[in-house]
Amino acid sequence: MTIALTHLQRLEAESIHIFREVAAAFSKPVMLYSVGKDSSVLMHLAMKAFYPAKPPFPFLHVDTTWKFREMIAFRDQMAQKLGFDLLVHVNEDGVRDNINPFDHGSNTHTHVMKTVALRQALDKYGFDAAFGGARRDEEKSRAKERIFSFRNAQHVWDPKNQRPEMWKIFNTRIASGESIRVFPLSNWTELDIWQYILQENIPIVPLYFAKERPVVERDGMLILNDDDRMKLRPGETVENRLVRFRTLGCYPLTGAIESAADTLEAIVGEMLTARTSERQGRLIDRDEAGSMEKKKREGYF
Amino acid sequence: MRHIMAKSLAPTDSVRDYLAAQEKKSLLRFLTCGSVDDGKSTLIGRLLSDTKQIFEDQLAALERDSRKHGTTGDDIDFALLVDGLEAEREQGITIDVAYRFFATPKRKFIVADTPGHEQYTRNMATGASTADLAIVLIDARQGVLRQTRRHSIIASLLGIRHIVLAVNKIDLVDFDQAIFDRIVEDYGQFSRDLGFQSIVPIPMSARYGDNVSGRSDNMQWYSGPTLIEHLETVSVEEAAVELPFRFPVQYVNRPNLDFRGFAGTIASGAIAQGDEVVVAKSGKSSHIKRIVAYGGDLKQAVAGQAITLVLDDEVEVSRGNMLVSPAARPQVADQFAANIVWFDEHALLPGRSYILRTETDQTSATVTDLKYRINVNDFAHEAAKSLEMNEVGICNISTRAPIAFDPFAENRTTGAFILIDRISNATVGAGMIVHSLRRAENIHWQSLDVGKRVRADMKNQRPAVFWFTGLSGSGKSTIANLFEKKLFATGRHTYILDGDNVRHGLNRDLGFTDADRVENIRRVAEVAKLMADAGLIVIVSFISPFSAERRMARELMADGEFIEVFVDTPFEECAKRDPKGLYARALKGEIKNFTGVDSPYEAPEKPEIHLKTLGRSAEEMVDALEHWLNERDIAEDQYDSGGGI
Repeated sequence: MTIALTHLQRLEAESIHIFREVAAAFSKPVMLYSVGKDSSVLMHLAMKAFYPAKPPFPFLHVDTTWKFREMIAFRDQMAQKLGFDLLVHVNEDGVRDNINPFDHGSNTHTHVMKTVALRQALDKYGFDAAFGGARRDEEKSRAKERIFSFRNAQHVWDPKNQRPEMWKIFNTRIASGESIRVFPLSNWTELDIWQYILQENIPIVPLYFAKERPVVERDGMLILNDDDRMKLRPGETVENRLVRFRTLGCYPLTGAIESAADTLEAIVGEMLTARTSERQGRLIDRDEAGSMEKKKREGYF
Repeated sequence: MRHIMAKSLAPTDSVRDYLAAQEKKSLLRFLTCGSVDDGKSTLIGRLLSDTKQIFEDQLAALERDSRKHGTTGDDIDFALLVDGLEAEREQGITIDVAYRFFATPKRKFIVADTPGHEQYTRNMATGASTADLAIVLIDARQGVLRQTRRHSIIASLLGIRHIVLAVNKIDLVDFDQAIFDRIVEDYGQFSRDLGFQSIVPIPMSARYGDNVSGRSDNMQWYSGPTLIEHLETVSVEEAAVELPFRFPVQYVNRPNLDFRGFAGTIASGAIAQGDEVVVAKSGKSSHIKRIVAYGGDLKQAVAGQAITLVLDDEVEVSRGNMLVSPAARPQVADQFAANIVWFDEHALLPGRSYILRTETDQTSATVTDLKYRINVNDFAHEAAKSLEMNEVGICNISTRAPIAFDPFAENRTTGAFILIDRISNATVGAGMIVHSLRRAENIHWQSLDVGKRVRADMKNQRPAVFWFTGLSGSGKSTIANLFEKKLFATGRHTYILDGDNVRHGLNRDLGFTDADRVENIRRVAEVAKLMADAGLIVIVSFISPFSAERRMARELMADGEFIEVFVDTPFEECAKRDPKGLYARALKGEIKNFTGVDSPYEAPEKPEIHLKTLGRSAEEMVDALEHWLNERDIAEDQYDSGGGI
């Protein structure tokens, strides 16, 4: 009997192995659910890993209150359909101070509403392991990170002193207050993700598919006019254009691309000919050189 | 940068065809290693660039970075593409391994770009542990260096069987064949005994691309493959599916009373519904009732698949055990020999207790014998008392509980382990099991009829080990003496193990190095255990400066039997008292490795009894000890008679 596993089967098995290792070795894990396509894949893998049981941990969404409306609708729909335990955390201090991407810029907004909010949520519930959907092919500081990535009690990542990670033998030991961020999709590429979504028929937020949407051109990006909190600057107009998103975050910080790709096949086809990387649509990575590493050290996923 | 309009939309069918072709491609995982500045990162940048993996925005960022940090003048510095950490770009060195992904029409690749500096060897090992092939880079101007050798030895120990010898920067030696030939000859000589199945030497210039993806016009004398050609075609398949069935149980899935599944990843071999399997540690046999997977049960499954097995009866299996083929079983032992690569700045010390972790099992372990250290330059086996950071050695290991394993040479998944420091939780070493030790197979515990309980009952007492720790001159011996007298007066059976006295007999062969101190404590702890087993109340009076060894002693004893007594006298006071005149000599440098002076004392964090001696008499402290002992005995008597819990 010789059955060679396909590339996706290998990736899937590796991710499932990682999920189970965390469930076996940690007392209070959580999955960070960001509602994007990688989160959809992560959730699907978690369902597989523990079948016929449900994943033995809750899903946590850190809501910046600036996510696309369609993301929130999709999130609630998935929670209901799959029956997982969904926790939503908002940094109420940030809401009180009215921290927002328009007035405070992407840096401050992301720090307060995402990074700090995440630390608050992890402390509040006392989670000792948190799954995230980051992939090593996304960005060069991520390419350096371990699958089991240690955080001290202040949630700080020390990239210069990571634990060796040998074979599939993961060091899951931590002292009280410390935690591990776990990345089951570390070895997946963007193409693998799309291919898997296609193969497994995984539901994703409709924003990934092309549609006529009201957008504003600002700072070289096409920003969706998602609600009336977005104020037009002089000279700006809202236009309906055929667009879609390669990546999803806070709507004022996420650029759309003009595209007619309205099926998964068309998206993959488009990706194969794309000449820019997916994070290019994210304003936050360009704030300053090494900005992703800096955010990660502070506790961003 | 402008937003972009995505280009040509491929028709659905061709996308499906393309994806189907992608799925059939095999995957090669490899690493680049070698000494500092041999051009590892540059080579990866070149590979990514030549295989069109670098997007326009990344290229733009790279051009910006090259101007700022680059080391290649006006050219793009490809190393900046993989050196993803700020500290790396600033210093122009690689600190940690970076994983990059690329594909050619024939194969997919995951490459680990690993650091060349000796101090980051552990990160090179991390990259090598999941690789099937290593590209060993050599600077044509430098030839084979110490790090070239160290990395080759580690690659070999970690089971890598295929090497590409990339003789880089050949442009800087005028594409000279003689230089290339000499390096190939040197490397061949050196690596003769490393067990590599293939060594393919390629002369190249990563910076200019010669013989990377395109054939070089500058070296007509070279007729071998380009690097890409070789990577696309080299066969590294290790047929894990052909090996005996091994299924390390990772997680017991029990959502309700009707379902009990064993989840894990098949390490080797294959399994089908109805097959017989054996539980490795107990030898109990069972059959596979179901192979559960999301989307429907499977009839069979093979190495690499993550599945859930349901057995047809209720045999006892938990995480850390293994389900295995009945015809070819793994070894189950608590003593074995292993190759160790040491990662931590605190040296490996024989006798110290570490946590040993296999893929799913965990137990504590000590190195009982460091047989030798391997000199990375000439493979000489050197006697050693400890293993320093980045050193490689072969050791005998003894675990607290037996583990199931195969020799690493037969199975890379079931033959490997890591060692973890008990206090810092750092991953301090990696191990590859060579073979089990016969001793473990042949010496079984004698079950004796007269037990500890009976012996203690006869003395009308409960055994205890009072472990006095504290600086030299802190008053341990004085208090211990007085305490024993008092216990003796109340009819208790006692014995004092005193540091100085034991060093005149049992431990006369030991000195005061860290390694010897660990062994000193280990022996005393074992003796104390035997005495407690004989029913005695043992008072151990030892400086015992390291918390790791006190913890090891604690774990040897039964629950509640080990009582850590911290005799807490400040250093200044001890030095002032100086009953044996030792502090005066140590402070003058006449005695080396003196605790508190030039060797550390790690104070207990949570001792059972904390005696602050300043301003208190020895009698007062002995009263406190006796009071503590009486309280314990009363509590345990109540517990035994079911009185009050």
